[in-house]
Amino acid sequence: MRYNVPSPLETRIISQRFDLPNSASIDTYLANDGYVALRKAIGMAPEAIIDELRASSLRGRGGAGFPTGMKWSFVPRNTGRPSYIICNSDESEPCTCKDRLLMENDPQQLIEGMLIAGWTIQSSKGYIFIRGEYRYQIEIMERAIAEAYERGYLGKNVLGTGWDFDLYTHSGAGAYECGEETALLESLEGKRGVPRLKPPFPAVAGAFQSPTILNNTETLSTVPVIIRMGGADYAALGTPKNGGTRLMCVSGHVNKPGVYELPLGFPLMRLINDVCGGMRNRKKLKAVIPGGSSAPVLKAEECDIPLDFDSIAKAKSMAGSGGILVLDEDTDMVAVALRTIKFYAHESCGWCIPCREGTTWLKKVLTRFHDGGGRSSDIDLIAELANNMLGRTFCALGDAAAMPTAAFVAKFRDEFEAYLKRSSAAVEPELAVV
Amino acid sequence: MAAPVNLTIDGQKLQASPGTLLINAAKQAGISIPAFCYYDGLALQAACRMCLVEVEKTPKLQVACTLPVAEGMVVRTDSPQVRQARKGMLEFLLTNHPLDCPVCDKGGECELQDMVFRYGAGQSRFIEPKVHVDEKQWSPIVYYDAPRCILCYRCVRICGEGLGVSALGIGNRGVVAEIVPNRGDHLECDECGACIDICPVGALTSGTYRYKARPWEMDHVGTICTHCSNGCKTTLGIRNGQILRANSRDHSGINGEFLCVKGRYAFDFNEHPGRLTSPLVRSDGEFKPVSWAQALAAVAQRFTELRVKRGNFAVIGSNHTTNEENFLLQKFAREVLRTSNIDHHRTGDVAGLIHALDGRTNVLASTDDLYNTKAALVISSDLAQEQPLLAFQLRANWRHHKAHVYAVTPGPVREDNYATTARAEPGNEFDVFESMRERLAKEPELVILFGDAIKGGRIARLVSFGDSLGIPVKYVCLVDYSNSRGASDMGLLPHLLPGYRSVSDSGLEPGLNYDQILAAADLDALWIVGANPLARQSLASPNAFLVVQDLFLTETARQASVVLPAASAYEKNGTFTNVCGDVQKLSRAAKTMGTKSDLEIIALLAKEMRQDFGAAKPEVVFDEIRRSVRGYDVPLTVIETGGAAKTVLLDGRPQVASRNGHFRVDTDANLIRSARNTLFTSGTLGRFSQMLSSVIEAPGALYRDPRKQPEVREGSVQVETVKQGQ
Amino acid sequence: MTFSPALEERFAKLLTSYPPGRQRSAVVPMLLYAQDEIGHVSQELVEEVACRCGVTPLQVDEVIGYYSMLHRKPLGKYHVQVCTNISCQVVGGEDLYGHAARTLGIGNKQVTPDGLISLEEVECMGACSWAPAIQINYDFHHFVTRERFDQLIQALRDGTYQETA
Ligand SMILES: Cc1cc2nc3c(=O)[nH]c(=O)nc-3n(C[C@H](O)[C@H](O)[C@H](O)COP(=O)(O)O)c2cc1C
Ligand code: SF4
Ligand code: SF4
Ligand code: SF4
Ligand code: FES
Ligand code: FES
Repeated sequence: MRYNVPSPLETRIISQRFDLPNSASIDTYLANDGYVALRKAIGMAPEAIIDELRASSLRGRGGAGFPTGMKWSFVPRNTGRPSYIICNSDESEPCTCKDRLLMENDPQQLIEGMLIAGWTIQSSKGYIFIRGEYRYQIEIMERAIAEAYERGYLGKNVLGTGWDFDLYTHSGAGAYECGEETALLESLEGKRGVPRLKPPFPAVAGAFQSPTILNNTETLSTVPVIIRMGGADYAALGTPKNGGTRLMCVSGHVNKPGVYELPLGFPLMRLINDVCGGMRNRKKLKAVIPGGSSAPVLKAEECDIPLDFDSIAKAKSMAGSGGILVLDEDTDMVAVALRTIKFYAHESCGWCIPCREGTTWLKKVLTRFHDGGGRSSDIDLIAELANNMLGRTFCALGDAAAMPTAAFVAKFRDEFEAYLKRSSAAVEPELAVV
Repeated sequence: MAAPVNLTIDGQKLQASPGTLLINAAKQAGISIPAFCYYDGLALQAACRMCLVEVEKTPKLQVACTLPVAEGMVVRTDSPQVRQARKGMLEFLLTNHPLDCPVCDKGGECELQDMVFRYGAGQSRFIEPKVHVDEKQWSPIVYYDAPRCILCYRCVRICGEGLGVSALGIGNRGVVAEIVPNRGDHLECDECGACIDICPVGALTSGTYRYKARPWEMDHVGTICTHCSNGCKTTLGIRNGQILRANSRDHSGINGEFLCVKGRYAFDFNEHPGRLTSPLVRSDGEFKPVSWAQALAAVAQRFTELRVKRGNFAVIGSNHTTNEENFLLQKFAREVLRTSNIDHHRTGDVAGLIHALDGRTNVLASTDDLYNTKAALVISSDLAQEQPLLAFQLRANWRHHKAHVYAVTPGPVREDNYATTARAEPGNEFDVFESMRERLAKEPELVILFGDAIKGGRIARLVSFGDSLGIPVKYVCLVDYSNSRGASDMGLLPHLLPGYRSVSDSGLEPGLNYDQILAAADLDALWIVGANPLARQSLASPNAFLVVQDLFLTETARQASVVLPAASAYEKNGTFTNVCGDVQKLSRAAKTMGTKSDLEIIALLAKEMRQDFGAAKPEVVFDEIRRSVRGYDVPLTVIETGGAAKTVLLDGRPQVASRNGHFRVDTDANLIRSARNTLFTSGTLGRFSQMLSSVIEAPGALYRDPRKQPEVREGSVQVETVKQGQ
Repeated sequence: MTFSPALEERFAKLLTSYPPGRQRSAVVPMLLYAQDEIGHVSQELVEEVACRCGVTPLQVDEVIGYYSMLHRKPLGKYHVQVCTNISCQVVGGEDLYGHAARTLGIGNKQVTPDGLISLEEVECMGACSWAPAIQINYDFHHFVTRERFDQLIQALRDGTYQETA
């Protein structure tokens, strides 16, 4: 089931089965190209599979946009040690709600993607790390896994190849940081979700210190499509170096928010106006956060860009997780900045000083500022604190907190200053001293 | 070795071996990069971000504590950008840190204070309310003040990696993250205080030292711990002659940063109100305090009378007195009292080992060997409880050098966590060795540590097992107390002179041993120095003239005719020999009015009996030891500068004693018995430590599994101690 | 401790899901599934999980403090979670949370006196495109208005609410 009406402008490849009746059942899957790719992959050499991925220019859908083919090629093969396939279904980046749909509506597609990954590195175990809140989705995945076992796609001697592959779900329990790949691996091992030092990278020493392929749900769900249609054809759907389609999660002040599958390079303004039916209540566009809450905000005039990794990066933001938040002229940017930093302060794992103390300090300053106790020096202070975090934290969560904060202040300084005018403390610098 | 890597730090060209961490390469070049979470020998954290440096060709600042050096690397550790980053980091830290330095125990020794001073972040732009959390008491020893904690995780790592206790963890998440103890609201652990010592700030403080003094108000005297045989160096903080704290301040001893609960906190016996401060003479069944002159005269007179009458003397020496005192005591016994009836409570069969290895050399392991050997086998000892430093060394060896450790013990031991261990019923050990033979024989070398389960004839059997492995093997005979080894080496034995020479060299016959002395019905005088045999055994000669030197009115002292109040090991100079034969210097740190060192007492007694014993100075006696005791010709500079000098008891030449066939191995296995001290007991001495009796840990308990804990925890360990007391 | 047969079965499966010697991996899911059955993470549960997974109670404690879904104190029978993160915030999530707190008469992480309902202001729950969103236990509710919220609460109180998960 989907929770929004699909758009005719979509290119539905990984969501092609979403609206079929009983879309999660293996029978539906098998009747609609299901497990064709796995059979094909089994006849391919690992290197050939990786080449297809390279040709597809598929880039990770989890946030960092790392080329998937390259990632798989880093995994040492034939080491004689076990290796693992991990699916990152932690989906906790604010504004992002696509992995959930992939699990709810097409769980077999994800399983097939993991099987192909498993076959490529001859791994025999996979885990789907699903955020704890997604219990319902875990249950769907577990039913799907059971069906796949019944039909011989999982378990001993997959499709008569003599190769065994077991797949399990693993529930998280509420922690955004566990989406960070190494923190996820710690969590998978029953520990606090604190990131690991890199190197070694998960490809070499990942799950249980063994070679590991770790990808986002959508990335893995895309793999069967690529093998089926061929890397080059998939790539052709998108723009150079930004192959194929992705699920774009639009939220905020548009008439038809929803998750839509669109080719990379699809223009942002067309997404807002044509796919999503334009701005709600005919309001004017003020800003867009184009890749989840970690992505620096774009002002309306910066929004005339295609939605692919490189173009958004050129606009000094990032495509991230594909969560696109559209904000209209009435939006209080100080409030959004505050809510954003509250999130990061709440989710900072606390391991390193700049993130742990920086996010909290920013939260406190912004809270006071928002509540009418702002001082003129606060605006620069906020920017400087964000700057003192940037590039200095242990993992990317610190940057994910600092980057948007710095952008809010830099791009909407006038709104911050307007707040000051209403502030009671603007001229009383010692007010809040404790 | 791979070729060294060339790099430049702050314009200085240098070389470092590949794999060296940048922070260490810089240190070698005399450039110190600030660090909170980095700690030599512990796992890398990269958490505090204080060590950020600029590395050419990398856009972001780099973490020097985890970055290995690379060829051609150009590093700047003091650029404006780096200084700005450090300042920013300190500013972050101070947002949650109370500025209570004036009342903080760490004031003056705080790494945070130092860094704020260096990088200037004193002026905070933080004006928001700070989170206050009350300080918590986790045990009589450990207090935690969360707001002061900077979460460097040193405490967690030293406890888990270093000690193998893992009693500390991290609770909560994000800014409210804090260190948590293993039992919810309290600790059940080794109570070693390593976490407190390693804490760079004042977040962890010790119950014994809290608010007592500032570091600069104390004198710091490095000496040797008086409790177990491992011989840790401890630095005593002294104010007005009183010991206020003990720690491993400069990490210069064989123990590095290590100290166990006894070394760090059980110095408080020294000020116990029960300390004897005046000689006591019994008259009409009652003790009367008398002057030293009167007491010494009384003893000298009686000894002289008996000597003239050729009376039957016996002497029991101590496991806690210095080499000099032991040497002088046996000399007094043999030369003045003309008796061989001298012994001490033997806690391990050192003499048996020396005998079994006679004629060889390089077969006795030193403390250092435990950290460097490729493999070690522990027999019948719960090392973490009984030999804390040795356990720490072996564990560090495993962590840092991947040494293989084997343990054959009757019950579970902490080494189970990482070693190859096997259970063996007492007496069955050799069967288990056989089952390990193949693996042991594949090791390039082996150090065997054995407790009192291997003694007498079984030592020869062990050595022949060692020989049969076909690899170089070294041995350590485990003994219990601070100078047990020295007591044995200095000839507090009825059949052996100092250096394990046969007693016949002195023209005497072997005398009565410890048990025989206590069981003899015909003793005229018994002189007991620093020992408490009557806590467990009774004296068969009730009318013997009993002279006791001790710190306290022990069970033994209570039966004495004359009691002489002795100074403790923290109150005298001299040397101790540790379990591995390393000699180290004691330095007098405190003083209890009215007491005298055993050395002084013996010398004064000699003088009173008109015997010429020379000057009663430890240096003079040690000089005599160096000249006359085999293996003790150690370099004086090492000792004087606070180092550990290895004795060489076995130098390849057969002992005179065994050549003459007089080297008798005691066949009475009962004579050799370990006191089975735990971390929280220390024979009689331990009973006088408030600190040791205030901790809740059950002796010998393993903290790993709560189900292994006794249902009802003992309120104190005293009950056990009495039973186990020396 | 004894658990329902279904939970025991899940535990048994969990303990064999990981490579040999890696039972520690089961700690987090075990705690969460057990919490769902007994209502909170009790000390007894901590020790039970520690024992079954071969870790120390401290290692379990560390985990509980870290994950925001694990609770030391009992929650309501129905745990109502209102997202106020940005996608929800800008379309009324904060307003909805305020409404929830007022109508239920409880604050963040508090439980109604009858133990039926607890409330929590939560981070993004993965329903951003259908905001504002809430979760009742594990059920999602999308495009939630004040009126819809009131109806749901009424259903909880009437006992007519049907859980999907
Ligand atoms: C703080 C943080 C949170 C993250 N959360 C997620 C997440 O919820 N889901 C996800 O797939 N990737 C997340 N990532 C990215 C992962 O670390 C990793 O790059 C990704 O799962 C790799 O898969 P991909 O290459 O298929 O994108 C997160 C990264 C960071 C730094
Ligand atoms: S940046 Fe530091 S505190 Fe923040 S989540 Fe990463 S490791 Fe944890
Ligand atoms: S006192 Fe020692 S054993 Fe106890 S928590 Fe501290 S380091 Fe660990
Ligand atoms: S208590 Fe001390 S040693 Fe432990 S983490 Fe805090 S600051 Fe570091
Ligand atoms: S010392 Fe390098 S991060 Fe702490
Ligand atoms: S922001 Fe509310 S569900 Fe994502």
